[in-house]
Amino acid sequence: MALVLTEEQSMLRDSARGFIGDRAPVAHLRNMRDQRDAVGFSRDLWKEFASMGFAGILVPEEHGGSGLGHVEAGVVMEEIGRNLTPSPFLATAALGASALLKAGGARAGELLSKIAAGDLLTALAVDERAKHGPHKIETEAKRSGNGFVLKGAKTFVVDGHVADLLIVVARTSGGPADKDGVTVLLVDPKAKGVSVERTIMVDAHNAARVTFDGAAVDADAVLGEVDNGGKLAAAILDVGRACVASELVGVSEEAFGRTIAYLRDRKQFGKAIGEFQGLQHRASHLYCELEVTRAAVLKALQVLDESADKAAPFVALAKARACVSTNLAVQESVQMHGGIGMTDAVDIGLFMKRARVGIELFGDQRFHGDRIATLRGY
Amino acid sequence: MTDLEAFRNETRAWLVANCPADMRTPPEDDEDRCWGGRNWTFKNEAQKVWLERMAARGWTVPDWPKEYGGGGLTKDETKILRQEMAALKCRSPLDSFGIWMLGPALLKYGDEEQKKEHLPKIARGEIRWCQGYSEPGAGSDLASLATRAEDKGDHFLVNGQKVWTSYANYADWIFCLVRTDANAKKHEGISFLLFDMASPGVTTRPILLISGKSPFCETFFSDVKVPKENLVGVRNKGWDVAKYLLTHERDMIGGMGLGGVGRPLGQIAADSIGVENGALADPLLRADIADFDVDAWAFQFAMERAGDLAKAKQAHPAFSSFLKYYGTELNKRRHELIMSSLGADGLEWESARSTEGEAPRAWLRTKANSIEGGTSEVQLNIISKRILDLPGA
Repeated sequence: MALVLTEEQSMLRDSARGFIGDRAPVAHLRNMRDQRDAVGFSRDLWKEFASMGFAGILVPEEHGGSGLGHVEAGVVMEEIGRNLTPSPFLATAALGASALLKAGGARAGELLSKIAAGDLLTALAVDERAKHGPHKIETEAKRSGNGFVLKGAKTFVVDGHVADLLIVVARTSGGPADKDGVTVLLVDPKAKGVSVERTIMVDAHNAARVTFDGAAVDADAVLGEVDNGGKLAAAILDVGRACVASELVGVSEEAFGRTIAYLRDRKQFGKAIGEFQGLQHRASHLYCELEVTRAAVLKALQVLDESADKAAPFVALAKARACVSTNLAVQESVQMHGGIGMTDAVDIGLFMKRARVGIELFGDQRFHGDRIATLRGY
Repeated sequence: MTDLEAFRNETRAWLVANCPADMRTPPEDDEDRCWGGRNWTFKNEAQKVWLERMAARGWTVPDWPKEYGGGGLTKDETKILRQEMAALKCRSPLDSFGIWMLGPALLKYGDEEQKKEHLPKIARGEIRWCQGYSEPGAGSDLASLATRAEDKGDHFLVNGQKVWTSYANYADWIFCLVRTDANAKKHEGISFLLFDMASPGVTTRPILLISGKSPFCETFFSDVKVPKENLVGVRNKGWDVAKYLLTHERDMIGGMGLGGVGRPLGQIAADSIGVENGALADPLLRADIADFDVDAWAFQFAMERAGDLAKAKQAHPAFSSFLKYYGTELNKRRHELIMSSLGADGLEWESARSTEGEAPRAWLRTKANSIEGGTSEVQLNIISKRILDLPGA
């Protein structure tokens, strides 16, 4: 598979770029933030995402979706990144749909149809502490009757406060340090014993803390197999990581483009600051870093489509690279904008804020660098 | 089965049957490769057989046209051949500046006579070429070169000096930038000449480098007669040829950062420092190596993508500056980390346990990577100007 977009994928990118750039530019995020919008994204816009086929991008056509792959999901994420668009795309169209697709089961078809129609929002609840830790699950799901009772707390649950369905990774056997013994459960956030606190994040995007205190679910809440949910969770997370990496590519490319434009326009000492070699070389170095990341991210998305069981190291690489180069891109962008880059009136700082969240989400460069080192036996 | 799958199967079978076992280990260093040329002495029978078999199929230059000694393969077929060679760990049968640099330039700018004369000899490894570009006063500012070629009717008379001429002391012929119009602007009075290093008036002197080796020479021209038909392209338009060739040189040097060359860094470090609880005993070095691995592995995909972009006619013409810059900086980083991993053991230049100071010599050699073929700073200038279109660049 060539490491370039196919003609169809390029057309999808053009249409996503036109649509998202037109309907949800950075001003849309500002508006949500300044209005302290209770939902945190536009439900009307999400309906439009559904009618464009984006909400069901990974959902098979038999369930009303577009039946496309991860490269296509990444294409949409990149445009979301360019525009800093607050959207349920990651939590629902990527993570929610992947969970149901990979686990299957009696309810999967119906739920996937609802996702594709834009009628169901999901949220993945994995992390429990400050840093990403899918192998440190303490939230307990104790067998009770034919189901389970949950106790514990989750954090950094994207769209947690508006989700219709929580996808919860909980411990059903073993101790917190064990890799196995976890189970993926579908939990109704309105059930008794579930409390959700919306956390307004630095980037004005959605997240929540979710606490379970005796919430009960039936046996049919189980996605995949009991005690053997670690692999399922990892597979779902890898889709999320590749999608966030794509979003970060969009964030960094847009920040870079705006900064190059600023270097051409802004004059000091009687000339455009882009004429100074000190800035030219930093900009050119950044260009190279972004090109390297773009290749790694596209590779990971392609491997997810072609042989998902081999994707883990490629996804780790893509997310690690995206964290590093995006961090550099937003820092250089703010610095090169000078004083005006520190103001809220100019968008560039918003890119830095979103980048910071994307870097932490589902593992930063150190988390994924450690995965690669371990995989390579050192 | 598609045609390409059939080609892959046939290619693999042929390589298995024809690549000698001794040619299926990585070369230890530059001197362990096959460079060819009039005075070449094969290191062993396997090296000779491997070159002959590959050259007979045109596979030393698989994507060149068959009439010039190439394999006539498409880009897809060439990619498959390289993948299969890599999978079987087959060495390159022939490494040469003729293949990497002059060949592509001749295919684009050479006349029919020149192509017929020179390309097949490059493909078969019969003539070894060197590159006459840099001069003592013309490094990064290459276009200020002063070696002059005077028009003497039926020939040019060449006088001047080149420097950093790689392996000039072993080369049979040189492709050389000369000034043919001293009054024109510096980029507009340059021509691209080919001539025999055995011509009267050519002398070479190896330069001892910090690595203790001499891969580069000073090359002197004193009244060297060069036939007029050895001018490539248009007179005084040699800069176009020179730039085109440089993009190929940059691809070549950038490719040196490719992983898979030598042992994985993590293994070198693990052997030297040891492993505790499944992780390298030095956690901070482990983190540095992981950072490097992330960048180096991703860069492999960037190179793969560069090839695919070229095939899809979406590549920016200055993309090779990105590859050159990034690949050489990576290679320097790799060798810094090798030296950190080896610690005091890696400092032994002459000792019972060191392999003739291989590690420190290789480390020192990499310092030239970001200088030769245009410095990193020159590549960043090119990216600023041609890709980012920054003002005044």
